[in-house]
Amino acid sequence: MRNWFKGGEPWIWMTGGAVALSLLAVYGVVWMTAAQGLGHWWPKPLVETTITAPDGSSQRVVGELRDSEEISLHRLRESGYTIDSKDKYTSRYLFKQGNRDVYGIDFKWIPAPLLSEFKYPKDVISIERHEWGSFFGYLKSVKENRKVVAEGAAAWAEVQKRLLRSNELFDEILSIEKHDIGKVNYQLERLRLKQRKLELKGDLTEAVQAEIDEERAIYDAQFAKLKSRLDALRAENQRDSLTAEVQDGKVIEIPFAKIADVIQPNDMSVIQKVGYYLTKFYEFIVDDPREANTEGGIFPAIFGTVMMVLLMAAMVTPLGIMAAVYMREYAKQGPLIRVLRISVNNLAGVPSIVYGVFGLGFFVYFLGGNIDALFFPEAHPAPVFGSPGILWSSLTLALLTLPVVIVATEEGLSRVPRSIREGSLALGATKAETLWRTVLPIASPAMMTGLILAVARAAGEVAPLMLVGVVKLAPSLPLDLNFPFLHLERKFMHLGFHIYDVGFQSPNVEAARPLVYATSLLLVIIIIVLNMFAIRLRNRLRETMRGLEGV
Amino acid sequence: MEKIEASITSAGGHTGRRMAKDKLFKYVMTFGGLSVIIAISTIFFYLAGVVMPLFMPAHMDDLKPLPVPAVNGQKSVHLAMEEQVEIGARVADQGDVTFFSLADGRPLLQERVGLPESVPASTFAAGDPRKRTMAYGLADGRLMLFKDDYKVSFTQDPKDPKKDIRAIAPGLVYPLGKDALVLDDAGQPLKKLAIQHDGDGTTAVALTEDGRLLLAYYTSENDFTGESTTTTRAALHELRKLDGGVDQLLLEVKQRDLYVLHGGRFISHFNVQDKDNPVLKQTVAVVPEGERVTAAALLSGGFSIIVGSDKGRLSQWFQVRDANNHNTFTRIREFKPMAGAITSVAPEHARKGFVSADEKGAVNLYYATSERLLLERATGAAPVRLAAFAPRANAVVLETAKGDIRVAHIENEYPEISFGSLWGKVWYESYEKPDYLWQSAAASSDFEPKFSLSPLTFGTLKAAFYAMLLAVPLAVMGAIFAAYFMSPKMRGVVKPSIEIMEALPTVILGFLAGLWLAPFVDGNLAGTLMALFFLPFSFLIAAYLWHLLPRQFTDRIGPGWEAALLLPVIVLVVWLAVALGHPVEAALFGGDMPRWMSNELGWTYEQRNSLVVGIAMGFAVIPTIFSIAEDAVFSVPKHLTSGSLALGATPWQTLFNVVLLTASPGIFSAIMVGMGRAVGETMIVLMATGNTAVMNLSIFTGFRTLSANIGVEMPEAALGSTHYLLLFFSALVLFVFTFFINTLAELVRQRLREKYSSI
Repeated sequence: MRNWFKGGEPWIWMTGGAVALSLLAVYGVVWMTAAQGLGHWWPKPLVETTITAPDGSSQRVVGELRDSEEISLHRLRESGYTIDSKDKYTSRYLFKQGNRDVYGIDFKWIPAPLLSEFKYPKDVISIERHEWGSFFGYLKSVKENRKVVAEGAAAWAEVQKRLLRSNELFDEILSIEKHDIGKVNYQLERLRLKQRKLELKGDLTEAVQAEIDEERAIYDAQFAKLKSRLDALRAENQRDSLTAEVQDGKVIEIPFAKIADVIQPNDMSVIQKVGYYLTKFYEFIVDDPREANTEGGIFPAIFGTVMMVLLMAAMVTPLGIMAAVYMREYAKQGPLIRVLRISVNNLAGVPSIVYGVFGLGFFVYFLGGNIDALFFPEAHPAPVFGSPGILWSSLTLALLTLPVVIVATEEGLSRVPRSIREGSLALGATKAETLWRTVLPIASPAMMTGLILAVARAAGEVAPLMLVGVVKLAPSLPLDLNFPFLHLERKFMHLGFHIYDVGFQSPNVEAARPLVYATSLLLVIIIIVLNMFAIRLRNRLRETMRGLEGV
Repeated sequence: MEKIEASITSAGGHTGRRMAKDKLFKYVMTFGGLSVIIAISTIFFYLAGVVMPLFMPAHMDDLKPLPVPAVNGQKSVHLAMEEQVEIGARVADQGDVTFFSLADGRPLLQERVGLPESVPASTFAAGDPRKRTMAYGLADGRLMLFKDDYKVSFTQDPKDPKKDIRAIAPGLVYPLGKDALVLDDAGQPLKKLAIQHDGDGTTAVALTEDGRLLLAYYTSENDFTGESTTTTRAALHELRKLDGGVDQLLLEVKQRDLYVLHGGRFISHFNVQDKDNPVLKQTVAVVPEGERVTAAALLSGGFSIIVGSDKGRLSQWFQVRDANNHNTFTRIREFKPMAGAITSVAPEHARKGFVSADEKGAVNLYYATSERLLLERATGAAPVRLAAFAPRANAVVLETAKGDIRVAHIENEYPEISFGSLWGKVWYESYEKPDYLWQSAAASSDFEPKFSLSPLTFGTLKAAFYAMLLAVPLAVMGAIFAAYFMSPKMRGVVKPSIEIMEALPTVILGFLAGLWLAPFVDGNLAGTLMALFFLPFSFLIAAYLWHLLPRQFTDRIGPGWEAALLLPVIVLVVWLAVALGHPVEAALFGGDMPRWMSNELGWTYEQRNSLVVGIAMGFAVIPTIFSIAEDAVFSVPKHLTSGSLALGATPWQTLFNVVLLTASPGIFSAIMVGMGRAVGETMIVLMATGNTAVMNLSIFTGFRTLSANIGVEMPEAALGSTHYLLLFFSALVLFVFTFFINTLAELVRQRLREKYSSI
């Protein structure tokens, strides 16, 4: 034993343990996000049970079972439950009872000793609504213009039929609200700015004014037409409603206009559940968020992230490569360039929030403020570029990721064997030709690696974006069909910020939690895929280089 | 052959163009490269440039004399300025108010306060300068309340239609009507007066000629049209007699406290919140025996009194509440004394600054919170009698004993900042004792901002400390194993995993830490602590058990797979610790360890605490340290280790005595880089702590870091305010700190590399 100890064997195991712990932590985090995120869309069974109230009576509880944990009875008693038990611990369940409009809260922890047996009645329905979150209850009847058209067992078939119709109407309403009216509003705003601009210049003659008024009249007319069409559609969508009984026996009427989807989760086959899962997953990817981001999809966040990262890549690639080529190929290699190289390296270690502060002060307030004063006096006092936006965000992140690209490109350039350059020069090529035709192409995988790492870093970075352009809810995407199509001054949504915002700023954290896990999962997948790709590329590059060195 | 020749000629034929292209390429690259480098260095210079004004001294123009004529031999009693510093007002003792241009002293308007006929004014009082209320006390025991008022109007410039011309029309208004209000029913002349007026009511305190100290409270009601006001005296009370003659009356702006200066060196504090029942709370000597108070004024907000003595001493006083909720009027700080007796003290309207003048004609600008003497200026021989600030504290107007008026513009944007106020303890108004506090904004306008960076810096270091406590052992030991003992096959799995670990967005780590780990630790505190404690021992036990297994079995797996073998051990130990956690808590801690700690030990326990941050941020820092340290260990020249092994040392002995010794600078630099990362990390601390700026080392409480503070407050900070600049300053501190630490680490690494290549 002593020899075993002296030989150092145990310490080797200790160091091994450190590696094992780190590995477990990484895969634990990934597994955790995946497990929690992937389960989000699976229809959960609805439990029916009863809870014993303090006065001894029992009440019916209907809801999804979301979580359970062991908890100290102390804490339960402190929060007002009377539980007769000698144990120190018991378990409790997190119920999603839904029906926020009826009960005020939709999530509730209930101590297990107060609950009776769990039942899974087949006829309980779960309604996904456009507002107020989920509804759980027992279907009673379907009404058309306040008259009952189906009751009891027949009601379910009727619900599905009428839901299709109301969903179609809803989609049309949404499309008019979002696209057509948005377009008209955009044009009206453009006219207002045009008029103001001319006014400032003193060029607003009566003829021009008449022209503007005429154009405005056209848009106003369009607006009125759209408005009346909307009103008609809305009225039509109010036709049907359903009534259902909630857990305490109250009967509630819900118009179909407010219903997004209805299912009977306890009566679904596995295939139906898979289908439901896929639909919901699809909706998550392509829909706009609802209910203060706690429900619906995350399309604007995905779009914003991709857009911002693309803009950033477009800026960081040429700049980073130029800086690397200059430092490696053209600058005189001396102490000065060594200092520069160290500085660039170290910029990668500067906290990202510092870049955010710089971006806010320099890009937004200084550059943006001056651009506004010069080019957009008509918009005053509303800022155009003088407030955080996607352009400034991508610029800030470009600055942040520059060191990554520079370092990777430099590494690639330094690995290109001397023999190749010398061969090219010996054949009479100029330095530019050597670089352009041989060195840079050979080093291009290194640049790609740098770029991918930069993109991965930018996609996950949140702290600086909070200062320079990200918002919790952007009214419009930075890219749309209105001229000039790309709106660089607009604020945008971002996956990482979405996680922070929904997870920590939203009033209903419990409700948002699965959605945050799902968003996290998406972000993790994007970043892992990008990184794996970069690692592969780099390894391949190194092998190629090793091969070239023999040439 | 012909082909080659042809191509050579064609190539040669374009030599000129090719050379030009070559040059162009070079210039483009050089230009691009240099501009990128310049852009990057802009970050530092920009941040420093923004922060610079914070540390610039205050500036005051020369005191410009203005030829404002005196009014029929009346003495001035008060000076005022309007917000744009265009017009000044001089109030004389018998009701004449002269409005004059601050540019050239030209009188603009001469207006007379409507005092009752043949009743001379016997005294004058000015209320809070921001509210502009003033009053004359009359010889028949009445008082007359008025305000100076400036109406701003804009008219279009006839020459340039884009521009508006601003016109300011001065005048007097009478908020309580043009009739004098009765204060003393006995009709005695008022000798001293103090007044405060706001929409709810008006309080006046006066000393009558026969030595009575009267407190009156008036309420007023507007009629339906809002044009005329009826004012009724709601309360009248005679205050207790005080020793010595009354020198000055100071009524605080919220009309709750009255301070009476009497006997030359005493201040008596009355609580006058209940106007029917004012209470004398305390009498305090504010200057030592033999000195006399010559000037006193309330700072803006009405909490503090600045007292100036005949020896030039200046001190700040306010009420301090002790543990028993008992207020004591306390001396808070002394300012650098002036040479002569203090003749006048005038407060800024919205901040805690004041200007004081002495009989030798010197004028000093002070700031209370930061205890700074900002400016010293001599005006000449004549002592300064009156002084007043412009509403935005950007100008000061003075009147000397000779009656001439002087005005000077002041640039003094950031008086709150001094080394002491940033890093030391400061005694803020209405606090029990000096403290380190960061509290940048509040709803009320007379709020004293608290800008101590100490708690934030402390929080930053605390976060880094707990993160490093977890990360350094794990990362360094892991790096040693990965670089030196691990089988190459496993290395192929571990290295990319660590890179993934490094790439994981911190927002996800923060989210998991805040919403999953924090509640989990809260509910399973004993289990978590046990897991952390027992894990290392379990490694040793597992190692020994493995050692005891028959060789033919263990040899089949071979060395280098220890880490993989330990994976199930970790899972088992963590599971066991958590499963045992609740029984342990039930047996030892009454079933709830956090509660037990706060009840039995008095330790504060917060759900989002340093333990949680330590784990989450440790996770974020591990890969940084791991990669660099692994690189350092791995690149130790092989002949060194082979030599050691050949001489009979075990692998561990070789590692410990040869490899680590050689690689230690590399490991050190790895830890430095990790430290840099931990210091600047934002999202994890933002999400996994409560972000309260407290200063204690306990692992069970939270903190607020510089970076999280920037993230939270930057979007709300007003452009150009002290708060905004201080956030920039925090960013600069972070920048410089991490840049320095990383440079140091990089230099160490480069030296190491040179050493490796030489051996």
